[in-house]
Amino acid sequence: MTDVIRLTAAELGRKIAARELTAVAVTQAFLDQIARNDDAVHAFLYVDAEGALAQAAAVDARLDAGETMGPLAGVPLALKDLFTQAGLPTTAGSRMLQGWRPPYSATVTQRLIDAGIVILGKTNLDEFAMGSSTENSAFGPTHNPWDLARIPGGSGGGSSASLAAFEAPLAMGTDTGGSIRQPASVTGTVGVKPTYGGTSRFGVIAMASSLDQPGPCARTVLDAALLHEVIAGHDPLDSTSIDAPVPPVVEAARSGDVSGMKIGVVTELGGEGYAPGVEQRFGEALDLLRAAGAEIVEVSCPHFSYALGAYYLIMPSEVSSNLARYDGMRYGLRAGDDGSRGTEEVMALTREEGFGAEVKRRIILGTYALSSGYYDAYYGSAQKVRRLIADDFDAAFAQVDVLVSPSTPTTAFRIGERIDDPLAMYKSDLCTIPSNMAGNASGSFPAGLAPEDGLPVGFQVMAPPLADDRVYRVGAALERAVAERDGGVLTDQIAARWVPQAQEA
Amino acid sequence: MALSTEEVARLAGLARITVSAEELATIAPQLDIVLDAVASVSEVANADVTPMTHALPLTNVFRDDVVRPGLTREQALAMAPAVEEDRFRVPRILGEEA
Repeated sequence: MTDVIRLTAAELGRKIAARELTAVAVTQAFLDQIARNDDAVHAFLYVDAEGALAQAAAVDARLDAGETMGPLAGVPLALKDLFTQAGLPTTAGSRMLQGWRPPYSATVTQRLIDAGIVILGKTNLDEFAMGSSTENSAFGPTHNPWDLARIPGGSGGGSSASLAAFEAPLAMGTDTGGSIRQPASVTGTVGVKPTYGGTSRFGVIAMASSLDQPGPCARTVLDAALLHEVIAGHDPLDSTSIDAPVPPVVEAARSGDVSGMKIGVVTELGGEGYAPGVEQRFGEALDLLRAAGAEIVEVSCPHFSYALGAYYLIMPSEVSSNLARYDGMRYGLRAGDDGSRGTEEVMALTREEGFGAEVKRRIILGTYALSSGYYDAYYGSAQKVRRLIADDFDAAFAQVDVLVSPSTPTTAFRIGERIDDPLAMYKSDLCTIPSNMAGNASGSFPAGLAPEDGLPVGFQVMAPPLADDRVYRVGAALERAVAERDGGVLTDQIAARWVPQAQEA
Repeated sequence: MALSTEEVARLAGLARITVSAEELATIAPQLDIVLDAVASVSEVANADVTPMTHALPLTNVFRDDVVRPGLTREQALAMAPAVEEDRFRVPRILGEEA
């Protein structure tokens, strides 16, 4: 069954629907792959073999009874451990929630289950999704399947690594400053941050509520689009959810027609600090899109240079507020409750023991940015910069259909390389943050390998709010052109390393 | 703008996080570097710009007031660190500054 794990989610769905494969056999094949390789990769924090096989058996029973289900019914998925799933451990990568089993499921989780998607387990992440390398997980780092000494990106490094190691054909991520797109970029996979409000945040453990957005991860553009369609759409339980039709993302991914499209290259997202191989593959991707009929122009977004600064004020401010709930009183860790200490002291000891260094840094930074006397200079100014960034996007989208840039300035760095230098770590999200600030749709697509280190390079496509389909259209065009050049999608190049040879081959 | 270790200790206190002396010595300079880097936002944030709080502003979002099942007492208390008489048991809340 090892050949099964190389199939795309779309192919798996088709074969399961046609009863050429059973959902149980497919699920077992991925569980075997996890058992074989996850000691080395550490993509998963929890594997729910029993639950996954039961879900798969239920799908098989419905299909055998002649029921028509969606295109991903029976296809397995790796769920970032920030999404609640009733009864399963949900940790957010933190000791604070170790052993916690939520009494309810996120809307996204429920929609996956309703679509017959089989949830294999929960994937590793930086603690409370704070980081760009997965090194901030309280349960140890995840390793990049392209080079195990390197980071798989973050915060959703477990999800991206599970895809690149063929441990799952689909995965879920969340993106606050790039946590879907940067991991996709450094693992040669596809990741899309939908328009803010396009997917429900209900039941997703919050980091910065005005920026957080769940989104699909996959090895191909069509697979990501099919997953997008399952999870997107209005949810009355999320008051920021948009009550509008889901953009035609699957149609756009199937088409990939960019003829006549106007593509804007953001001047400010390139140059100094960008790796040579990143710039080279980005330039080649532009040539490929031009050859496919798109017009390429340069566009300036002058305030994007301030995005990182504004983000590191707004995000920690929201973090300091959102994470106040972890006080050791009603659920999660409680430390130092010896019968003599009072509530405040127990709270402070609980938060000392339960939170890691990066989470503490951000909570303290946010507390400072929101404190009286500094509010206007920091939080207030940052909110103004947010407006200026959104205005830059509006002006740009009046001239072009989409904006593009590298997804992140470098390829995957080494584990440990940036962990003591927060600012260097934060720069991983230089290109992705503007779309979180403005709330528009944005995705990262494989553009090839950097010649200097042989590691994946990502190409970012940004589209106006509610025009998520344009992200997929350009992504599909690039995927097609790159596959023609390289003889397949990028992850095909490491398949031989992770997928054992089929016995009959 | 230099953030002193005393100030960081005070902020940590406000955020209810006990911080050791070693942690303070690490965190304070790191926060300083970050604050320097973000200070650039005030360069462009002049009075003419309207602050933006949310990506896509929606106002007065309502949903129908429908009765839905909530958590049972058992479910709500299942993950509590300590339970007594069907309630969350918490440490004493009075007499902290005695």
